[in-house]
Amino acid sequence: MLDLIWLLPTFPLLGFLILALTEGKLARGPAGWIGAGSVGLSFAVAALAAVSFLQSGIESHTVPIWTWMSVAGFNPGVNLYLDGLSLVMILVITGVGFLIHVYSTGYMADDPDFSRFFCYMNLFVFAMLLLVLGDNLLLLYLGWEGVGLCSYLLIGFWYDDPYNGYAARKAFVVTRVGDTAMAIGLFLLFAQLGTLNIQDMLHAAEAEWAVGSTLPAITALLLLGGAVGKSAQLPLQTWLPDAMAGPTPISALIHAATMVTAGVYLIARTHTLFELAPDIQSLVAWVGLITLLMAGFTAMTQNDIKRILAYSTVSQIGYMFLGLGVGAWSGAIFHLMTHAFFKALLFLGAGAVILSLHHEQDIFRMGAKRKQLPVGFLCFLIGGLALTAFPYTSGYFSKDEILIAALEVEGQGLWLWLGGVIGAFFTGIYTFRLFFVVFFGESRGHHDATEVKGLNIAVPLFILMALSLFGGWIPVPLDAVFSHGAEHEEHHISAFMHGVMIALPLIGIGISYLFYGSGALSVEKLMSLPASRALHRFWNSGWGMDRLYDLLFVNPFLFLARVNAKDIVDAFYDMLAAISRAGHLLIVRTQTGYLRWYALSMAAGLVALIAVGVLL
Amino acid sequence: MILTLLIALLFVGGLLAWFSERINPAWPRWVALAVLTLELLLMLSLLGAAPEDGWLAAYNHAWLPRFGIALHFAADGFALLLLLLTAFLGIVAVGSAWSEINYRSGFFYFNLLWTLAGVVGVFTALDLFLFFFFWEVMLIPMYFIIAIWGHENKFHAAKKFFIFTQVSGLIMLVSIVVLAWFHYLQFGFFSFAYQDLLNVGMNRNMEMWVMLGFFIGFATKLPSVPFHNWLPDAHSQAPSAGSIILAGVLLKTGAYGLVRFAVPLFPTAAAEFAPVAMTLAAVSILYCAKVAFAQADFKRLIAYTSVSHMGFVTLGVYAWNELALQGAVMTMLAHGLSSAALFMLAGALQHRIHTRNMLEMGGFWGRAPRMSAVALFFSIAALGMPGLGNFVGEFLALLGAFQANQVLTIVSAFGLIFASVYSLWVIQKVFHGKYSDKAFDGSHLLDLDNREMAYYGAMMAGLVWMGVYPQSFLDLSAPALQSLLEGQAGNVAIGALRP
Repeated sequence: MLDLIWLLPTFPLLGFLILALTEGKLARGPAGWIGAGSVGLSFAVAALAAVSFLQSGIESHTVPIWTWMSVAGFNPGVNLYLDGLSLVMILVITGVGFLIHVYSTGYMADDPDFSRFFCYMNLFVFAMLLLVLGDNLLLLYLGWEGVGLCSYLLIGFWYDDPYNGYAARKAFVVTRVGDTAMAIGLFLLFAQLGTLNIQDMLHAAEAEWAVGSTLPAITALLLLGGAVGKSAQLPLQTWLPDAMAGPTPISALIHAATMVTAGVYLIARTHTLFELAPDIQSLVAWVGLITLLMAGFTAMTQNDIKRILAYSTVSQIGYMFLGLGVGAWSGAIFHLMTHAFFKALLFLGAGAVILSLHHEQDIFRMGAKRKQLPVGFLCFLIGGLALTAFPYTSGYFSKDEILIAALEVEGQGLWLWLGGVIGAFFTGIYTFRLFFVVFFGESRGHHDATEVKGLNIAVPLFILMALSLFGGWIPVPLDAVFSHGAEHEEHHISAFMHGVMIALPLIGIGISYLFYGSGALSVEKLMSLPASRALHRFWNSGWGMDRLYDLLFVNPFLFLARVNAKDIVDAFYDMLAAISRAGHLLIVRTQTGYLRWYALSMAAGLVALIAVGVLL
Repeated sequence: MILTLLIALLFVGGLLAWFSERINPAWPRWVALAVLTLELLLMLSLLGAAPEDGWLAAYNHAWLPRFGIALHFAADGFALLLLLLTAFLGIVAVGSAWSEINYRSGFFYFNLLWTLAGVVGVFTALDLFLFFFFWEVMLIPMYFIIAIWGHENKFHAAKKFFIFTQVSGLIMLVSIVVLAWFHYLQFGFFSFAYQDLLNVGMNRNMEMWVMLGFFIGFATKLPSVPFHNWLPDAHSQAPSAGSIILAGVLLKTGAYGLVRFAVPLFPTAAAEFAPVAMTLAAVSILYCAKVAFAQADFKRLIAYTSVSHMGFVTLGVYAWNELALQGAVMTMLAHGLSSAALFMLAGALQHRIHTRNMLEMGGFWGRAPRMSAVALFFSIAALGMPGLGNFVGEFLALLGAFQANQVLTIVSAFGLIFASVYSLWVIQKVFHGKYSDKAFDGSHLLDLDNREMAYYGAMMAGLVWMGVYPQSFLDLSAPALQSLLEGQAGNVAIGALRP
């Protein structure tokens, strides 16, 4: 069975090819079946592979397909590598992916480009599967760029609106900055260790490099560059909120559940390298911590339902980075999985809300929608509780693991833990701000909206609700992957600390209730405090990062491009041409056609020659 | 023998095409298509040949024995790949001209075939005098193609093209003659044979000067900053078939020259010069990507991106190790297809709506989804998407170059970011956004027909093949590149620098 995992990426690839080659002429019915069915088949293969992998008890299994290229000792193959880590990833990708595909057949039912949508979606799943199954960094990079391409195509799916195109290009170019760092990392790794095969490379690194030396630090830093780009972490997080311009199922699949967590996967996959570079590993933790706090602040000030969720995603991936940084490798992957459940649920729920309210995304034009949109209400209740780590929901277990591990870090542990707990407090506030504003209070618009119907929308939502509630009990087979990590140690944490961890998100929910549920506290009053308006604007703009980057990079580039559109080098050749033309005109003057001129100049020349001859 | 046949066929075919116009103006294109298909088949027959002294095919006959000049043709795997590219893109060019060129079609196809004859000669000549002869043969028919069938500013562009290539060609000729003279001084007889000239020894200064003559000749053709200015004009003014041959094939003769002559003939000087050449490469990559982004003229934009992509070739060549050289060769092939396809698309658009100004375009996806999808494919290939040929080429070139010069490689790698900026900008400007046909007659904006799709489809298949299983190509060029590298064994290896 395990040798058949090549079928995993093959089904979505076939789906993509069929949908692409039929040029959108396929009817919705078959197009939807092919689009969703191919991912469903992949999920079936993944499930079977999981069963036989866990039964066999092996640590990893490699399926070589062909040698991609072989030049002077550089021979990356198209080989699939299955271990506990990639197993978790393929189950999330095909499982959650399948649910989102099914949901999309309902959500996109009226779109004229239905077939093109599933074409891109299938290509995405194909690339994402290669990313997590590749046994070498070049194949991983292929998947990595492939998912970036699909992300670009799907953000800009509704291409009529130039803003969507802008958001799509921004997503691609910003992540490409990270990708380029990662590519340089690959050059360095190959130059130093002579292979890009991940396992061989990690063994070689362990054998050749000392802990804390320069080379692992540089390579880990370059890989981190790729990871922060893809996973929308500081300083490359600015693209994700704009990526919400795409259809909502995309936001669920690509910008919440799978692609944006690729950075987490990359670091977990190459964790040995980060263990050799403790400074960079703790940088990972701090990047995660700062990102999660910044995004938390911003999420509290957004009014667009999808942008709130987008900042929340940035923040939750921050937790995963924090987990990676403190060595809670499987905790981070665990949170990746539970986050995929509840954030997909929230986004799909948001999609149902948006669709029911005729593409309304401003939460302050909703209100009191719990009766009109009962399924959406349930989605946000359950998803919101899991997101705020309400005890015994899925998010609770995974966030707990990360924060406890953070506390155990020597030196900085308390700070990392404290930051993480404060972030959880914010999570409670922004999640339930959204919840109360949309579903409680008074109706502020769309009074007569009715909820979208259809099993293909409802069933995936209910399955995701179940996963969000109970997903924390799913065992993840990661012990063999991260065997030398801190996983097996008993976690010691005082009851008080644990109490704080549980209580703070709940307090956050309470504060949200006081502001937006009961109305006991007034937002207007808060906003009338000195400086709060400016602060609100600052956070709302995502800490002014977009403006900063425009100022530092975009505008100078545009300026240089504009002033030099004609290519200054050309001016040099034009000048050469002008000079020779001027010389030509000058000499033409002597061609007067008067015989006496010619006689005179000949005589003068003769005299001059004789004079030279005599004088010398 | 087969190599002389290849060249003779093109010369004769060109004449045939010209005269067949008198019988029927539709005939020349059929003649050209038949000749080029035959060429392609003949070249394919070389694939199975057993190499002799490293050459898959060779022909050697004295021409002017007094000066040691011979009709010496030979092709190794490296040359054969470029020959195949030439014949393939020749067919594509005929396809692109099929309905576009109606004025004096006989003379057009004559020029097209004669240019290609020059190219085939350049890729196979192993006598430097012969090489220079074909170098000139390529040039003049192309001048006519631009000057007669070009667009609004064709005379200026044709003149600029001619002067740049002619002047740089003459500089190279001086170098060739000096090199032959040094051979005479050293060995007592004249020879223009490549194998003989490889053994000429010169003092350091002289070697550098002679090498520079070659470098200027090739870098102008390639082109590299600062010799690139003929290219945007020539490309934007040439008819699509001309642009396809220019971008797809003619530029590669410059790259071929660097690999075959400029480095192996002057190993010490080339090694010394490598940092400069690699710097020029990095500047080409970044500077021309930036200038490309600012262009409103579709073809001008692609022209600048060509310079940018050819920078990776220069970078790879002067890194002078197997990885980098293979990367350079793959980039030559992949860029040949992708840029030819983009020029063909720009030409097809201009043929339909009579403008190249992208500011007047937008939202074509809804009207011409096939054309848009094809454009998307080739733009993505150009920005270096893994799974397509351009990625393999640029990645290997950078991977190899990193072992020779880390700083310049890192700088060049930023070209990957710039490439995504301009490629996606084209898609946005032309195919995405709101549709408006205020500036042109929208009724002529037809989607690609099946005949056109066949050409694009073949090029797409080629790029996927190169991207997914590049080994077919790498294996063919590997022995040739290895023997070129081994020729260097005793000298300063450029790519030996490791941290």
